[in-house]
Amino acid sequence: MPNSVKFTINDRQLEAPAGTLVIEAAKRNGIEIPSFCYYEGLALQAACRMCLVEIEKAPKLMVACTTPVAEGMVVRTESEPVRQARKYMLEFLLSNHPLDCPVCDKGGECELQDMAFRYGVGESRFTEQKIHVDEKQWSPVVFYDMPRCILCFRCVRICNEGMGVNALGVINRGAVSEIAPNHGDHLECDECGMCIDICPVGALTSGTYRYKTRPWEMEHTGTICTHCSNGCKTTLGVRNDQIIRGNNRDRSGINGEFLCVKGRYGFDFQDHPDRLQSPLVRLDGKLEPVSWSKALEVVVQKFQEVKGRSGTVGVIGSNHTTNEENYYLQKFARQVLATNNIDHHRTGDVVTLVDAVSGSPAALATTRDLYEKKAILVIGADLALEQPFLSFQIRANYRHHQAHVYVVTAKPVREDNYAAAFLRAEPGAELSAVESLRDKLKGEPELVILYGDAMKGGAVRKLAAFGASLGIPVQYVPLVDYSNSRGAADMGLTPELLPGYKPLGLTGMTVAEMLAAEDLDLLWVVGANPLKNAKLQAKKAFVVVQEMFLTETAQIADVVLPAASAYEKNGTVTNVCGEVQRLQKAAQTMGAKPDLEIIGLIAKEMGVAREMGPWVPDKVFDEIRRTVRGYDIPVEAIMTGGAAQTMPVNGRIPIEVRVDSIRSAHDNLFTSGTLGRYSKMLNSVLEKRLNRE
Amino acid sequence: MTFSPELEAKFARLLTSYPPGRQRSAMVPMLLYAQDEIGSITQELVEEVARRVGVTPMQVEEVLSYYSMLHRKPLGKYHVQICTNISCLLTGGEQLWQRACGKLGIGHKEATADGQISLEEVECIGACSWAPALQVNYDFHHKVTPEQLDQLLDSLRKTH
Ligand code: SF4
Ligand code: SF4
Ligand code: SF4
Ligand code: FES
Ligand code: FES
Repeated sequence: MPNSVKFTINDRQLEAPAGTLVIEAAKRNGIEIPSFCYYEGLALQAACRMCLVEIEKAPKLMVACTTPVAEGMVVRTESEPVRQARKYMLEFLLSNHPLDCPVCDKGGECELQDMAFRYGVGESRFTEQKIHVDEKQWSPVVFYDMPRCILCFRCVRICNEGMGVNALGVINRGAVSEIAPNHGDHLECDECGMCIDICPVGALTSGTYRYKTRPWEMEHTGTICTHCSNGCKTTLGVRNDQIIRGNNRDRSGINGEFLCVKGRYGFDFQDHPDRLQSPLVRLDGKLEPVSWSKALEVVVQKFQEVKGRSGTVGVIGSNHTTNEENYYLQKFARQVLATNNIDHHRTGDVVTLVDAVSGSPAALATTRDLYEKKAILVIGADLALEQPFLSFQIRANYRHHQAHVYVVTAKPVREDNYAAAFLRAEPGAELSAVESLRDKLKGEPELVILYGDAMKGGAVRKLAAFGASLGIPVQYVPLVDYSNSRGAADMGLTPELLPGYKPLGLTGMTVAEMLAAEDLDLLWVVGANPLKNAKLQAKKAFVVVQEMFLTETAQIADVVLPAASAYEKNGTVTNVCGEVQRLQKAAQTMGAKPDLEIIGLIAKEMGVAREMGPWVPDKVFDEIRRTVRGYDIPVEAIMTGGAAQTMPVNGRIPIEVRVDSIRSAHDNLFTSGTLGRYSKMLNSVLEKRLNRE
Repeated sequence: MTFSPELEAKFARLLTSYPPGRQRSAMVPMLLYAQDEIGSITQELVEEVARRVGVTPMQVEEVLSYYSMLHRKPLGKYHVQICTNISCLLTGGEQLWQRACGKLGIGHKEATADGQISLEEVECIGACSWAPALQVNYDFHHKVTPEQLDQLLDSLRKTH
């Protein structure tokens, strides 16, 4: 080991790199040193004194969380003085702490409770009256109960350092110290809940979860957030088919413990009272509930009729459905309905980039790269609001590795605060601003470039040429909006490309063209709402919609089939960086079915089940791995809850990208297309903000 | 926010008194000097100091609520600080404190209605050898008797 030092802990000979903290060295060797304020990845605090250990030659007990190991150091973590010290520390911490574990939200998973159980004395010499301060609500999301707070400052540090929001502080002194929000009596912040989940005790609680259940009454399912394209892993706590909590306290997956407000609290669309639970068929001009078999019969009859007379068909897929569903849908459209009129709402230009960097290896960055690479260039995107996890990764990279961050955006963004350089450029003028950074960027050892939807077509080509001319390894992240926007493009939900970006040589209609086509006979919309701000021109078109809610599109449909949400099905999705991850069914809604099953049932009724193949997620994924370029990824990684990046398609894609159909919705932290409209939590945050303005 | 030229000069000196990147170290002296000039720490001042030393207003608030000599509310023209810590307690500091409160009809960190005098019960002010001691703004009064306290308070009242 280079620069390593030898020392002993509890008489065990150990070795670790110089500079390693005693607490870390112990942990890596399976020795637990209890701690509260120490938190890996955050600034050192040494506030709680729980981690006291005995170090030979030191005149008194030392804090293991800020003391680095040294050559010949002799550490004892279980000696009598250490045990005593822990007892005293816990006695102090409990001197004002209410012993309301039976009714505390944290009971059962509280670090203080565990520590008191393991290291405490079980009785206290303090007989003074405890200080009481009433609980406060700081926002729809965040509640603070001062008496329970043990002043570890984890919340303050995760907000300042991890989120870059600086919304929390600690005020007053001594026993009356407390955590305070940035606006006197309320918070104005990202509402991410990072502070709540990092709190070791029940001092911070969330408006979503508080006092709804005991933690041990829930089942936990690790799945992928269904909102933005970043693809954070979220662990859903479910009781009686109701999702009660989202968090990622096991720090698994690409995002560790990060989740934004949408991933942590925006799951409540799932049991919104407006969820569709029965198929609807238009009878006498009105949508009426019917049985699944009746609805499928109507759909199949229509599909067959239109197919029989070679009518014009349009198929619109989704940015939220799984890869399997997208693949199966395009296969159905192309093989059964014999049409290339299939598209989805495109939110970023991936195709031009993949073509422009063809031949260069590893040109697409992973979310890990954003944390590790030496330099990052952000073009035309407000990452903190629109790509929260990517923004978190870049901030962590800056804090831990001093990465150089460059920013070219139209408006000020959070990344400016620590950028090596930031420039303002109107949409369309980004490239010349980027050009002015050439000398600085050339001096970097490596670079990752992220770009938003202002860059498309020719601009992306020029950007790739610029990257190539720097003479350093350059990777890219073409930003897209939603949980499976990348997967929709990869799986060929486009009129000009087959799955794996295989050029067709001909092209079908785009979404806009389908809506404008007066002769359209059949429109099949799966998990999208194209009519939110548009009109369907074809008056006589028969419209079939698979949806969770009666959206603008579903309202004009002839048949509406109730679809399961992403939290109610299995399958895979691909995030903005091309990382494939697995959805796991956490709950279910009576009456709704996963889109894959719905399409499968239609296939069965039409007698094409054999050629379409089984509508089982794992089976379809097998087919994807075998047939879709770039998807031959190691299954083990994703089966165990991890991520595997799709191999970039390394070859030219000789098509003209339809740049006019690329448009990001620029959803922010509190909006998320249709899902956001049906999330009470997200809406309550928005309302609160409006009321204050 | 605008300050007197003298205060601005003090600020300028403070901001260069610390190593580069440690400008936040100037926060406490800036607050103290500004408090002397303005009379209290206003929200506007919090924001101004935050901007000048490069922190968030919340971070100024943290410091402000920690130190008892920084005041959110305006104090009297004469701020009378009576020590009741150990040496003064043994020599009648507590009685002085009670007497002052009774005479002025105000309590800890309160000011008379005319804004002339305010009171604060403080910990050791470093004048134990001359206990009981008190402080009026920056001036010390040693071995204070009840009569001297009365006279002092009367004189502070009179000087309008
Ligand atoms: S919710 Fe997030 S942004 Fe708001 S105070 Fe907590 S950590 Fe900070
Ligand atoms: S609120 Fe929780 S995380 Fe914050 S200081 Fe208190 S105990 Fe620590
Ligand atoms: S950053 Fe995106 S994927 Fe992650 S929790 Fe937020 S909305 Fe979900
Ligand atoms: S963990 Fe070491 S002092 Fe808190
Ligand atoms: S105790 Fe009063 S001055 Fe020291």
